[in-house]
Amino acid sequence: MMKMEERTTDMHGVVDRKTTHPPEQKAHARSSPIELLRRYGTGAFLVLLAIFFETQNQNFLSIRNIRNILTDVSICGIIAVGMTFVIVTAGVDLSVGSVLAFSAMSAAWVAQLPALHFAPSWLIALVVAVLVGTAVGYIQGKATTLLGVPAFITTLGGLTIWRGATLLLNDGGPISGFDASFRWWGVGSVLGVPVPVVIFLLVAASGYVVQRYTRYGRQIYAIGGNVEAARLTGLNVKAVETSVYVVIGLLSGLAGFLLSARLGSAEAVAGVGYELRVIASVVIGGASLAGGVGGIGGTIVGALLVGVLSNGLVIMGINSYYQQIVIGGIIVLAVALDAYTKKRRH
Amino acid sequence: MLLDVHAIEKSFPGVKALDGVSLQVAAGEVHALLGENGAGKSTLLKILSGAQAQDKGELRFDGVALDRTDTPLKRQEAGIVTIHQEFNLVPEMSVAENMFLGREPCRYGLIDWRAMRRRAREILSDLGLSLDPDVAVRGLSIAGQQMVEIAKAMTFKARLIIMDEPTAALSGREVEVLHRIMRDLRGRGVSIIYVTHRLSEVRTICDRFTVLRDGRFITDGEVGDREIADLVRSMVGRDVVFAPRERRGQRGELVLRVEGVRRAGATANPQARALHDMSLDLHAGEILGFAGLVGAGRTELARIIFGADRCDSGVMWLHGNHVGLLRSPGEGIRRGLAMVPEDRKRQGCFLDHSVKHNMTLPSLKRLSHWGVFIDEAAETALVDRYRQALHIKTPSHDTPIGKLSGGNQQKVLLARCMALAPKVLIVDEPTRGIDIGAKAEVHQVLSDMARQGVAVIVISSELPEILAISDRIAVFREGCISGVVEGASADEETLMRLMAMDDPAAHSIVRTAA
Repeated sequence: MMKMEERTTDMHGVVDRKTTHPPEQKAHARSSPIELLRRYGTGAFLVLLAIFFETQNQNFLSIRNIRNILTDVSICGIIAVGMTFVIVTAGVDLSVGSVLAFSAMSAAWVAQLPALHFAPSWLIALVVAVLVGTAVGYIQGKATTLLGVPAFITTLGGLTIWRGATLLLNDGGPISGFDASFRWWGVGSVLGVPVPVVIFLLVAASGYVVQRYTRYGRQIYAIGGNVEAARLTGLNVKAVETSVYVVIGLLSGLAGFLLSARLGSAEAVAGVGYELRVIASVVIGGASLAGGVGGIGGTIVGALLVGVLSNGLVIMGINSYYQQIVIGGIIVLAVALDAYTKKRRH
Repeated sequence: MLLDVHAIEKSFPGVKALDGVSLQVAAGEVHALLGENGAGKSTLLKILSGAQAQDKGELRFDGVALDRTDTPLKRQEAGIVTIHQEFNLVPEMSVAENMFLGREPCRYGLIDWRAMRRRAREILSDLGLSLDPDVAVRGLSIAGQQMVEIAKAMTFKARLIIMDEPTAALSGREVEVLHRIMRDLRGRGVSIIYVTHRLSEVRTICDRFTVLRDGRFITDGEVGDREIADLVRSMVGRDVVFAPRERRGQRGELVLRVEGVRRAGATANPQARALHDMSLDLHAGEILGFAGLVGAGRTELARIIFGADRCDSGVMWLHGNHVGLLRSPGEGIRRGLAMVPEDRKRQGCFLDHSVKHNMTLPSLKRLSHWGVFIDEAAETALVDRYRQALHIKTPSHDTPIGKLSGGNQQKVLLARCMALAPKVLIVDEPTRGIDIGAKAEVHQVLSDMARQGVAVIVISSELPEILAISDRIAVFREGCISGVVEGASADEETLMRLMAMDDPAAHSIVRTAA
């Protein structure tokens, strides 16, 4: 009891000294448990969930399964890094799963051409996948900013356009028969860490540095925070907006390359439903669909949460259809929490 | 008396908006409510319409005391209908639908479309309006939309219609139509409270008037026996005191010249007002005030100069170099311009982002290694410097700017512009909604900038502010610059005349000062 009282006075002391606006600051101080929940709730929930699954099945936290979860998370996570950029500008990209499949299929198709056997097939595939993804992203970004159509619509169009293009490329069939050096990118490991996980960590670290320490990162947040103010501050809003779709296109291409290396084939149905999983990771990680708020750290936690949940439910032998229901519920919960804390703040 | 407003008081945090205001309106009269910006007219109208409740005082309508907690709908049903400057119409719906919005005639719980159209047609023809009740409001001109608002008021069987600057966006012919309808309504015993800044209109259409100043009742009377100059005199002379700036008397070299800025207005959009042949010069080290009513073209011209908006034609010279018109604010900033926009929250601040990020955003190129990686030490130093120089009160650099007071937010935005070391600084309503102490500090900053040779444009609706701070004042009226006067010799009356009157003689008197 004594302790509690001490702490409250202390807090008010701090508040009084610092503030020019006492009522607001006090309201802020009072809502701090909610702020805490908002900031660390997802992480705490992730840990609790992992412990819970471990009590249900001893193999859950085995090295093997952890590697499994991380590899799974990595492919989606790479795209989620790009999606964080997009959502922070108050945009969205629904086409990622189809762009992934299209880049992967194009890459596999080019890599198998006999004329190109002078270079290792993985290198050709990697370059082609990344280039195709980037080009597709650029087209979608330009379409969004030049036509003035909401990204929701251009990328919803992209969702079916690139899927259709993928099916056309090889008449709906898969392309397989990759050599070992190609497969290494999906199933190999570096110092015991699966290659996709290594790549994910590199991508996430770069994404973090860009958002946190560069001018470009600030511009992204500015545009999402208040697009009119950003324009009047001299930012080239259209160029920056286009660029985030290029980034997510590039990363979708990279993810497509890794996925086909992992599966040993480029599938026409690869990445179906990824948009939901990726957006879920970013939103659960604390980004606001209204833009201006969010970060790579949160997105990683969000992606892990989604990954642990899917894997855990499978390990518990729960019908996988339930996964979809649970993930959907958590998205709504995460956004509701965000909306609630926003209302308290304003 | 149809309406008897007695000793109304209303306070907002830190401001007494109304202090013992009274107003009497007889049945069947058109009553002009006059006063400068900030005189308390809008607050009074809000209290009458039920949007806000008074702290003290009494409203009697037709002899019955009105409950201070009435909702706008209750007031409308009682017969007091307000037509706001911004119309309350749904653009996609038809005239008839808008007239009966929320109160559609029903049969068996379903909308009775035939009855609705019939009643709409009755009311429209009764008013002598040739509007088709089935046409969508979106396609109507501003004047047409206003007619719909009036017709809508009549569906409430209005006995008192409050019109807030109804003619601000109308052309001469449209004004005549509106006046005809007003006379017609008056003939049937409907009263009208009329807010306008066009004083010549008061003589044409109004029977009586009431003047407010600084939230207080000043005078009222019959219009017939008053000269316009008399009315102006009672409106000006506000208590707000701004310390006049020490003027240097001589101006520096010509920094900016604007010639022949023109823009055709969009009929359906009151924001895109037409601009007619605007030209001005701006010198280093001077503060040029932009005076005029909202919508007269002040902000519009400033935004065109800065590159934020487009216009149809016009030319600019910066430091003697012909630059045409700027294509974007980015270009404006590259060419040495900076602007603090009119609406601090909507156009200026990134409310959720920190003070630091808000302040440094346009200067980041200079604060970055290779223009990419932000030099945090340099950034922090810059924020520290301006925080001290402008006395910005904030718990830390990382506090979201939305948590600061309006005055401190404004200082952060000023610092954002100052950090760009501009040659031309445009500030739009720099002291709107901030406390008096912060106002003085903002004025000090602008004076210092001018002393350092920056050419400053200050846009303000507060005449005392403009007069206190400007070396020269450009006065805007209805998309034209109606005069440029020396700040030292100007007074509120001169400015009011140029802002509000269609008197060509007034121009020639003042133009000689420029």
